[in-house]
Amino acid sequence: MGAQGCLEANDWICGEYVRTRSQELLDATVQHVGITLVSVVIGLLIAFPLALIARRWRAAAGPVLGLTTILYTVPSLAMFALLTPVFGVSAAVVVTGLVLYSLTILVRNILAGLESVPQEVREAARGMGYGPVKLLFGVELPLALPALTAGLRIATVSTVAMTTIGAVVGYGGLGNLISSGMEGFFKAEVLTASVLCVLLAVVADVLLIGLQRLLTPWTRAQARARSRARRERRAADRTAKKAVA
Amino acid sequence: MDAITGAWDWLAASANWAGEKGVWHRLGEHVYLSAMCLAISCLIALPVALYLGHIGKGGALAVNISNVGRAVPTFAVLVLLTLSPLGTAGDWPTIIALVLFAVPPLLTNAYVGMREADRDVVEAARGMGMSGPQLLLRVELPLAYPLIMTGLRSAGVQVVATATLAALAGGGGLGRIITAGFGNYNTPQVVAGAVLVAVLALLVEGLLVLTDRAFDPMRRGRSRSRKSRTTADDATPAGSPA
Repeated sequence: MGAQGCLEANDWICGEYVRTRSQELLDATVQHVGITLVSVVIGLLIAFPLALIARRWRAAAGPVLGLTTILYTVPSLAMFALLTPVFGVSAAVVVTGLVLYSLTILVRNILAGLESVPQEVREAARGMGYGPVKLLFGVELPLALPALTAGLRIATVSTVAMTTIGAVVGYGGLGNLISSGMEGFFKAEVLTASVLCVLLAVVADVLLIGLQRLLTPWTRAQARARSRARRERRAADRTAKKAVA
Repeated sequence: MDAITGAWDWLAASANWAGEKGVWHRLGEHVYLSAMCLAISCLIALPVALYLGHIGKGGALAVNISNVGRAVPTFAVLVLLTLSPLGTAGDWPTIIALVLFAVPPLLTNAYVGMREADRDVVEAARGMGMSGPQLLLRVELPLAYPLIMTGLRSAGVQVVATATLAALAGGGGLGRIITAGFGNYNTPQVVAGAVLVAVLALLVEGLLVLTDRAFDPMRRGRSRSRKSRTTADDATPAGSPA
C-alpha cells in the first residue's frame, strides 16, 4: 500500500497524485502561464499609449483613469460572465477580463513613472537635440522604468491569482484543477494546484525584480549613495545636537 | 445585443426576484455577509495597524501582508476552506475567506497612514505634553484618515468581489445567479447576474466614497494643506517615484 494509500485516504498532501497526474499538472500550468503572459503583455501594449494620451492631453487623464478604476471595481466572476456573450466560451473571455484589470494598475504606474522624470533632464535632452520620440524612448522611458516595473509586478502577481477564476468558463489553468478537485472532493488536487499557483506568482515576481535590476543598473548605485548620504546627515545631526547641548 | 435584451427580460421577470433562489434573497445574503465581514476585518486590522503605527514597529509585516494577499488566489482559499473540516459549518468558509482578504488592504493602508503622519506635527504635539493615547486619537488618527479610508474602500470592494466568488465554492450571494446560469447554459441569466454584481460593487464603492467625505475630520483644511504640501515636495530634490 504505502504510496497508493494517500490517494485512497484522500490526503491533502499526496506524492502519488503528483507522480501519476504530472502531465495534467503540467498542462494546467502551461495554460496558466500562457493566459497570464498574454494578458499582461497585451495589457502593457494598451496601457502604454493610454498613459501617453493621458499625459499629453490633461482632459483625457480624468476619463482614462476613472474608467480603468471603475473596471477594477467589477468583481472578476461578473467580468468574465459579462464577456462570455461577446466571445463565447473561450480563452479570449479570460484574457480580455485580465487585460482590463491590469490596465488600472499599469496606466497609473506608467503615468506616475513618466511624471517623475525631472523637468531639467527633459530640457537637457531637448537641448542636446533629442526629438520627441527619441526623448520618450531614450530618456523618459528608462527613467520611468522603476515605477513601471513596480506596476508590472503588482499586475502580474494579481493576474496569476485571478486566472484561476477563468475555471468558470473552463480556461483557468490551475483553477480548472481546483474546480474539478472541489467537485470530486479530491483534496490533493486542490492543494497541489493552489500551491503551484502561489509558486507561479512568486517566481514571476522574482523574475520581474531581476529584470528591473538588469534594466536599471543605475538605481542601485543611487540607492547606495542615498543611504550613505542619509547616514552622514544623521551623524552630522547628532554632532550638531551634542554641540547645542 | 441578444444577450442584453435577454438579460433585461430576465431582470424584468418578477419570478426571478422572489423565493429562495431569487435576486432579493441572494442580494440579502451578499450584503449581510459583506457587511459583517467588513466589520470583523476592521475590528481585527485597525487596532493592530494603529498600534503598530503608533509605536512604529512591524512595518515589514504590515507592508508584506498586502503582497501575500495579492498572490494567493481567492478561489483556492475558498475551495481549500470548503474541503477542510470547516466546510460543513455553513457560512464559515466564506466568512473566513472574506476576512482573510479584507484584512491586508486595511492593515497596510492604516499602518502607512500612521507612519506618514507628519513627524514634525507629532513631535510638536508631544512637546505640548500630549500623552500617548491623546497623540494617537487627536493627531495621528486624523492625519492618517485619508489612507485608512482608502484601505476601507479597497477592502469593501474586495469583500464584495470575494463574496461573489463564494458561489463557486457553493456559498450564497449574488454569484450564485451567475454560476447557476453557467450551469444551465442560460446566458441571459449569467449576464443579468453579472450586471447585478457589478452594480452592487459600484454602489458599495460610491457609498464608501461618500462616507469618506462625510466623516473627514479635516474636511475644510485638507485641500489647503495638500496644496502647501506639494510645493514642499517640489522643493526637495530627487523625490522618490510614486
